[in-house]
Amino acid sequence: MTMIFGIPLQAFLGQLLIGLINGSFYALLSLGLAIIFGLLRVINFAHGAQYMLGAFIAWLLLSYLGIGYWPALILAPLLVGLIGAAIERTMLRQLYSLDPLYGLLFTFGLALTVEGTFRYLYGASGQPYATPALLAGGANLGFMFLPIYRGWVIVFSLIVCLGTWLVIEKTKLGSYLRAATENPVLVQSFGINVPFLLTLTYGLGAALAALAGVLAAPIYQVSPLMGSNIIIVVFAVVVVGGMGSIMGAIVTGYLLGVAEGLTKVFYPEASNIVIFVIMAIVLLLRPAGLFGRDA
Amino acid sequence: MTLTLDLAKRKERSPFIVQTVFLGVGLACLLLAPLFFYPVFLMKLLCFALFACAFNLLLGYTGLLSFGHAAFFGGAAYFTAHAVKEWGVPPELGILVGVFGAALLGAVIGFFAIRRQGIYFAMITLALAQMFYFFCLQSGFTRGEDGIQSVPRGHLLGVIDLLQPTNMYYFVLTVFVIGIAIIWRIINSPFGMVLKSIRENETRAVSLGYSVRNYKLAAFVMSAALTGLAGGLKALVFQFATLTDVSWQMSGEVILMTLLGGIGTLIGPIFGAGLVVTLQNYLATSEFPVTIITGVVFMVCVLLFRRGIVGEFYNSRLGRKLGFEHRHKH
Repeated sequence: MTMIFGIPLQAFLGQLLIGLINGSFYALLSLGLAIIFGLLRVINFAHGAQYMLGAFIAWLLLSYLGIGYWPALILAPLLVGLIGAAIERTMLRQLYSLDPLYGLLFTFGLALTVEGTFRYLYGASGQPYATPALLAGGANLGFMFLPIYRGWVIVFSLIVCLGTWLVIEKTKLGSYLRAATENPVLVQSFGINVPFLLTLTYGLGAALAALAGVLAAPIYQVSPLMGSNIIIVVFAVVVVGGMGSIMGAIVTGYLLGVAEGLTKVFYPEASNIVIFVIMAIVLLLRPAGLFGRDA
Repeated sequence: MTLTLDLAKRKERSPFIVQTVFLGVGLACLLLAPLFFYPVFLMKLLCFALFACAFNLLLGYTGLLSFGHAAFFGGAAYFTAHAVKEWGVPPELGILVGVFGAALLGAVIGFFAIRRQGIYFAMITLALAQMFYFFCLQSGFTRGEDGIQSVPRGHLLGVIDLLQPTNMYYFVLTVFVIGIAIIWRIINSPFGMVLKSIRENETRAVSLGYSVRNYKLAAFVMSAALTGLAGGLKALVFQFATLTDVSWQMSGEVILMTLLGGIGTLIGPIFGAGLVVTLQNYLATSEFPVTIITGVVFMVCVLLFRRGIVGEFYNSRLGRKLGFEHRHKH
């Protein structure tokens, strides 16, 4: 059997794959956090809850209405995005003039409420969600066995991340967003509806989280706690990457996912905390984060 | 001329009298409380009140939002429980072990967290506290999911039997009063003034020549140590230490207590803690999850009620008439 650093190649590649998948979710979630933070200056603690909500809506659609994975992949983000936009319009908006910490606390309360409600309704244990028929099974790549769905998650999340990056960097809407990030008052004076841009951005960020949730549903169990488990790690990812750049958030997400996967091969006990350790090291060496512009 | 002087004098004196009266009434209530309420409930309340006040030293007076204070609270509970149960030290020494452990942990977490400001500070403390949570989950001395059970309360100074609920209550009350007195002393010292100046305008404080980093770290360690005092005490009251106290939900809970009572007021967090603990006790028997209520209260507080109960009182007409001043940016 082929060995790499004293570890069987199969185990190594298997963990690398799991790392890439986790990294896909970290990238999608930290991307959404970075977009929201860039424009709204709010750290969206409810991001984990919105991720959970995406997965739960997919599960509810399937169990009660018989609507499958593919429609859910569009419906769930749309729904969560609309809910997010409504929350921004009615409540979050009032907090922009205050210390950014209040935005964090408000969304924290929102996350607790949503999570508590789903826990009350569906219990803390997870619900299984079947892999869509089209993507069931696996492919033998010769050196390892790749479940097709997992390959799909990696490819699709990459497409979504790069697509979002392109929209923000290359389109007219994206240029408005970037301009409003730099100087909202000036942009508004040019006749661009900045409050609407803010609503759109929060909705978009929430929709991205929900999309990640639907993608995650067949891999992890659909559980009310899935959001809060991942959001703290994503916060660490965001601290490492710095929220100054969209691409930075994406790259850091994948990198840390892979780092976590590889730690599982070499030193499994530390795999839970490796991202936090990396965060601490980055804080020592480059406090602004790998791609950060400001401290 | 004499008139204005006189007025100024009276204005200065009246809040002092009012405050003394309030303090006296409050202390009398706490001394007599065991006659009317279940002692364990009261002791739990005092532990959380001290926890929230220690947390407020950082949020309310230095302007730093830590999302990781559960690490110090739960950590100290583990340290005290371990010292008392495995090493057989007396309770007062056990609590000191908790305090020093929490201070040390605070120095480490604070060292990393103060490298960033504002929102990043909150995220870093949350992440590092979560790391400590995983450490507690896996390390041997905490006994994982079981926690450290049946911790002996022991004899205070070798004489007073703390298993006696009344003795224990007055011991907890004494520690609580000492803790609050320390916080009061810190806030009203020159050191506390510098902390407030950092809260109001960090750049200005730097330009005035204060080494803001050292002040922040010192405040962080003090807050952690006092949180440890509350955590160690709680381990003795309930005679166990578990993972609940180091989880992120606990960090959120203490923020809620402080926010609800009044950020930046000395006694606000006491009321906040009282409300939250009472609510939890009330809901403990029902099936309705506390999280939903906690979350909703959080949102309502942030949207409509940012001064908190005591802050609103200070700002009300009555509060102003009684001479309470409350100047805190919101």
